[in-house]
Formats: sequence, C-alpha cells, structure tokens
Amino acid sequence: MDILVCQSAFAQALLDPAAPLPANVGSARGESDPARFAVYRNNVYVGLTSALARRFPVTARLVGEEFFTGMARVYAASAKPRSPLMFEYGDTFPEFVSGFGPARALPYLADVSRLEVAWSRAYHAADAKPLSVGDFSAIDPAMLARVKLILHPSASLVDSSYPAGSIWQAHQSTEVSAVRAAGSELVLIVRPQMQVNVCILPPGPDRVFARAVANGETLGEAAIQSMADSPSFDFGGALVGLLSLGAIAAIEISTEEAS
Amino acid sequence: MLERNALTLPARAGLGLKPEHYGAILDGKPDVGFFEVHAENYMGAGGPPHRYLEAITERYPLSLHGVGLSIGAARPLDPDHLSRLRALVDRYNPQSFSEHLAWSTHDCGFLNDLLPLPYTPETLARVSSHVDQTQQALGRRMLLENPSTYILFEESTIDEIDFLEAVAERTGCGLLLDVNNVMVSAVNHRLDPFVYIDRFPMNRVGEIHLGGYDEAVDSAGDRLLIDAHGSEVKSDVFELYEYTLARGGPLPTLVEWDNDVPDFATLFAEAHRVDTALHAEAERRNSRAA
Repeated sequence: MDILVCQSAFAQALLDPAAPLPANVGSARGESDPARFAVYRNNVYVGLTSALARRFPVTARLVGEEFFTGMARVYAASAKPRSPLMFEYGDTFPEFVSGFGPARALPYLADVSRLEVAWSRAYHAADAKPLSVGDFSAIDPAMLARVKLILHPSASLVDSSYPAGSIWQAHQSTEVSAVRAAGSELVLIVRPQMQVNVCILPPGPDRVFARAVANGETLGEAAIQSMADSPSFDFGGALVGLLSLGAIAAIEISTEEAS
Repeated sequence: MLERNALTLPARAGLGLKPEHYGAILDGKPDVGFFEVHAENYMGAGGPPHRYLEAITERYPLSLHGVGLSIGAARPLDPDHLSRLRALVDRYNPQSFSEHLAWSTHDCGFLNDLLPLPYTPETLARVSSHVDQTQQALGRRMLLENPSTYILFEESTIDEIDFLEAVAERTGCGLLLDVNNVMVSAVNHRLDPFVYIDRFPMNRVGEIHLGGYDEAVDSAGDRLLIDAHGSEVKSDVFELYEYTLARGGPLPTLVEWDNDVPDFATLFAEAHRVDTALHAEAERRNSRAA
C-alpha cells in the first residue's frame, strides 16, 4: 500500500472509533486486534484533552474533571492542533465552550477560558522591557494628544459581561474563595517580567480608555472617548495606571492631525 | 561541570527537565549528567521557559529531543517546524538533537502521538530523505529513536533494526536506543528483547532512553505493554539496560518520566540508580583492561 494511503487510512480509523480498523494492521498472532489499535486511539484523545486541561486549569476546575474531559473530547474531535506546539492548542476552545449546550448553565465559562488563552499567550510571549512612567515623562506635552501607546507583547484585554477576572482569581489557591463581584469586568493580562499578572481594571471611563488604547487610538482620541463616558475621567491616573502595570512597551507619534 | 562546546552528552544519567523542578535544580545544583527537554515546549517567543532553560544550560549539558517533526510522515516535513528547531539549536547549542522513527502529522493536523509506520523500501527512502533534510536544516547530525509499537503492519518487509541501521547508513545519523521501547515492542510482538539488544548496532548509539511502562492485556488476553512514562523504570527494563551496557559500554542515559511527574528527589534517585549501573560497567571494563 502506498504510504500516503496507508497513513490516511490509519489516521481516519484513529479519529473515528466507529470506523473499521485499517486493513493492513495486524499483530504477532496474525489478525488485527481492536484492543491494540485502541491504544493509539486512546493516546491521541488523552494527549489532546490533557493538553487542554493544562492550558485551561480554571475552566476545568469550574466544571470538574469528568465534565471537562468530556467537553474537551468533543472539541478535540473537530479541532486538531494546527502545529506541534501544544501550548497553542485550544485558541478556539473559548468559542466552542460558549456554544457547548451542556455548559449553558455557566454563562461565564467561555470568558474564563478566554482569560486562560490570554494567560498562556502572555506566558510564552516575546520578552520586552515595559515603558516606565519615567520614560513617558520625557515626551513633549505638546505631542501628547498624538501619542499612540504600543501594548507590551504579552498584554491583552479580556472583556466579559461577567466577573470573569474575579472568578479566575478565586480559583488560584487550593481553597476557592468567595466571589463577591457581580456584573461585567475588563481584565488586563500582562507579563512585564517573568510573572503573568491578571488585573481587573476599575469600572467606568478607565475601561473606555484602556479599550481605546488597545485599539490603537491616539491618547487624544482615547481621552475624548473616556470623557464622553464620564466627565470625571482622570486622564493622568488612567495613563499612569497602564504604565505601572507594565502594559505599554513603546510609543508612536501619530502623523495624522489631532482631531 | 559543563564542557561548553562538547559535541556529545556525557556517559552519565540525565533527567527530563520539568517546569515544576526548575527551582529545585537551580537552587540545589544537583549532580545530574545532563538535562533533556522536548523541543516543542521551548518554541514560544519568550517568557519563563527560555529564562529557566538558559540558566540551566549554563550549568548542564542539554539534549534537545523533538516529539513533533513527524519524520515518518508521508507528507513533506514542515519547513516552519524545521526553522523553529534550527532557531533552538542555534540558541542553546545542545550536545544532542534526537527525534523519533514515527509520524504524528497528517492532513487533519497534529495528532500528538508517535504513530507507527510499515518498514518497506518506500518508507525507508522517505524516512532517510527526511533525516537528511533535518540534518541539513540543523547543520548537525541527529539521533533517530526506535519506537514502541502495539500493532504490526502486514506490508512490512524490513526488520526494524535493519531499517534503523539502513537509515543510519544512508544519512550518517546516529541512533537513540530506547530500552523501555525495546521491552514494550518485544513483549507486544512476542520477540526476545535480549536478542533485539544483541542485534542492535551499538556503535551507532549516541544516547539511551529509559522509562516506565504500563501493563494491559489485548483482546485475546495477551500481555500488552504501553509506553507510559508515568512511573519508575521497571525491573525487567533495568535488567535489559544493564545487559545493554555490558554490550555497548557506558552511554548517556536519560530517565523519562513525563506523566504524573514526581518530586525532584524521586527523579534524582532514579538518576542515581542509572549512574551506579554506568559506573559499575565502567569499573568492569577498567578491571578487565588492567
């Protein structure tokens, strides 16, 4: 049998437990043995579901091991890793979770898994020295409105209609602490040095500001949007906040005229 | 402790490097011959994995062991993956690079397991060309590891050892002899593991692997060993290992324990057991030579 045909048949039988065993597979006894082929079938699914359990530990904790393994298995049946970099496997898992019927009772589950995607991306992201408040003070104030902040390579925002950040934080120790938060949260995930930080941003105009910065708006535009949200917006405080969290790697001066 | 530019691993016990042991290793500076990592776990852009691996390779020799290149695949090798391997080799200058006689990638994606292939003239040509391509891409010789298998292919016409030896002959690659895999395959296919070792081209072996197997039975109730890497090295495998050393002499030997990873002290005890066997074999050879 041609090697490509042989591997296609093997892969197909591997992924579909109902499929017959490949015709060319045998054993020392001669005949093929489903129990032997099942070792490969099992290895593939156990390998994929345990990779997901490692990447989504809080999601797994929220639903329990058995439920998680079942859910991960359904995902793995339709989504195989695109590369051998298993720490990247599951980028689309949150979307799958949000549409997974049996998990409907936990509407925040998909957001917690999005946070976990962001966490592992931050963990493996390129290293960069964050811009400090001191670095920033060297900028000519007249240019400030045209400055665009470049996020640190590890930084990302997770927007949740639920307290996803508080839920995640409550599951960081052996004992789960009570989650007192309610309502939506905007969570910044960033690794300025070797530690991944998960920061829940204060509600109100600070969130509008952080989203605008992450969308690549100039500081001028970000300030306008934040003020529109609330006239009491504290521009300096919000800016220093993002800088001190290590979320900013560099600045760029926009060549467009400030509006 | 480390000969920085040595091209080979020392004939000592090595351990698989696990993130949960980074701290214990850097603080305790244990006397371990070398550490081995799965290349794919260090293919991120930055972060703690690289920070720790840099610190550890300042003190210990490194074996870079790939689990995702899919050398036995019918499909061409992934050029992106070869570039990622090259970048790691350039960055860490490991004393050894090894991969498996297996495939793991197909049209559907990466299957995350080391899958078996039939041994035929066609697969021999394919594997040899993939090993050639890898060695060229990395600018160095690699070691190819014997697999553990649970099934046999009806179309196989070449014996596994002859197959490995032919790849080595054609490409100049070395071999990685996994003694646990020998036991697993031998039991699963009713072969004598000692005969396998007797026939293995020991002069081509650059590294030995040891690990723990799990035990099951197949549909007919025959023993079925599973390469699990989740326990200590079983006594029959250790006996086969000592037999291997008696034939091939002391060789760099890795203890693989990748699942249900124990505390570092337990792993270190396994390394000590291996070092003792290596030392005994060296002594035996010295006294015979004297």
